[in-house]
Amino acid sequence: MISINKRFEAVVIGSSAGGIKALTTVLSALPHNFPLPIIIVQHLHPQSDSYLAQILGAKTRLTVKQADEKETIVRGVVYLAPPNYHLLIEEDRSFSLSIEGHVNFARPSVDVLFESAVYAYRDKLIGIILTGANHDGNYGVKKIKQMGGYIIVQDPATAEANAMPLAAIAATTVDVILPLVQIGPYLLQLVNRSTKDSHLFK
Amino acid sequence: MEDIETQNIELQLLLQAIYLKYGYDFRNYAKASIKRRIQHRMLKEGINSLSAMQHKVLYDIAFFERLLLDMSINVTEMFRDPSFYLALRKVVIPELKKFSFLKIWHAGCSSGEEVYSMAIILKEEGLYERTQIYATDMNEVVLKQARDGIFNISKLKQYTANYQKSGGLESFSDYYSAHYDHVVMNKALKENILFSDHNLATDGVFGEMNLIMCRNVLIYFNRDLQNRALGLFFESLGHEGYLCLGSKESIRFSEYSHAFEDVVREEKIYTKKSAHEEISAYD
Ligand SMILES: C[S@@+](CC[C@H](N)C(=O)[O-])C[C@H]1O[C@@H](n2cnc3c(N)ncnc32)[C@H](O)[C@@H]1O
Repeated sequence: MISINKRFEAVVIGSSAGGIKALTTVLSALPHNFPLPIIIVQHLHPQSDSYLAQILGAKTRLTVKQADEKETIVRGVVYLAPPNYHLLIEEDRSFSLSIEGHVNFARPSVDVLFESAVYAYRDKLIGIILTGANHDGNYGVKKIKQMGGYIIVQDPATAEANAMPLAAIAATTVDVILPLVQIGPYLLQLVNRSTKDSHLFK
Repeated sequence: MEDIETQNIELQLLLQAIYLKYGYDFRNYAKASIKRRIQHRMLKEGINSLSAMQHKVLYDIAFFERLLLDMSINVTEMFRDPSFYLALRKVVIPELKKFSFLKIWHAGCSSGEEVYSMAIILKEEGLYERTQIYATDMNEVVLKQARDGIFNISKLKQYTANYQKSGGLESFSDYYSAHYDHVVMNKALKENILFSDHNLATDGVFGEMNLIMCRNVLIYFNRDLQNRALGLFFESLGHEGYLCLGSKESIRFSEYSHAFEDVVREEKIYTKKSAHEEISAYD
């Protein structure tokens, strides 16, 4: 395995069809004191209410909430893009919302989140692409890689819909492709190791 | 690799150039979205740096106009968020019926869908004839569309559904005439609407409103500019005036959080606090 000696500061996740189940699997593997914020775009029906936070909150040890406009991002919290809005991250690490038109037929769009996250977190960003039946996110993962961030993609064979993982894999050299059940434990290990290493280097 | 620091300097200079040359002040907009829109235009026109864009903006007005359209994000709908319009009908309209004359301001009305939605509600509730609606936006192009009241037919199905969910009393198709690919809103809906140019970043107060709607505009502003706009609204509202923001906007963290109280919290409907507090705010 490659050795990583930098410290990550945020995780962004994009998911679509089959995503709620996949997100539950990933998030439930993480402890309540997970040291980074996790920011998620899950494609939803525009009129769907904000039940996703409740569903995910009930199944994980982390605080899960819908991201508010101008809210300052805090670690250990899972933030969800509100349905029918794009979610963006400002360089001061707070959220912005936009009702700009659909991007990749989606609002919220994974690409919009990922691209803005790159400007805010640069190489200290982990991007994860999970199941989905479209190509949203493939530009975002490219941007994350260009800036030196880290990309995890769900193994298309374990995805309910494989188009989104396949598109991400085709778009750039992703760091690791993992079966769904291994993503949470791997993420935890990746983050803990890099935290420890950065202490050693101080 | 992109040099983000240098890009940010270029972005600041570009916004400064736009302000100095054209008077549109985007300097206090939330950066992530504005940057995204500018880069979008940059790619589309095959320009390879923000500095090159600055030159083009300064010397090519037609180019600036295209950029302005990108930057102003005019996406809108009729009866967007039906539950908001339902609350407006159920809670605010009955209160407004007490007045013999009403003034309503739509700030950031875009191409007018929101204003026609309001006009329809006022008609159905018997308030239209005694209401003056001011509909403003900084963008002349969308204001013209709003004045024309012509909308693409492809969205009508959704608007009809929105209208019904928002407590509409009639048949939505009574409010427009359908043509090949567009609909024309009834003339009677716009008789009492005054469309005009107004910029929340640089222009001043509008007098004595009973209701101000400013939905999905503040999300594009930084805190300072949000406070400026809310200050304008506070001063433009008359006694017991209502302020309606977008579903994901809130007054809670602004300088004006104490100047307003919740009317329908989930729908971001507020009212200006009572008279004596108001007076001390003016002193
Ligand atoms: C996303 S649209 C919202 C339209 C409508 N209120 C709605 O909620 O559907 C935002 C509008 O705000 C306008 N706007 C942006 N900045 C403005 C400013 N400084 N002053 C006035 N209007 C502004 C834009 O031109 C655009 O039409």
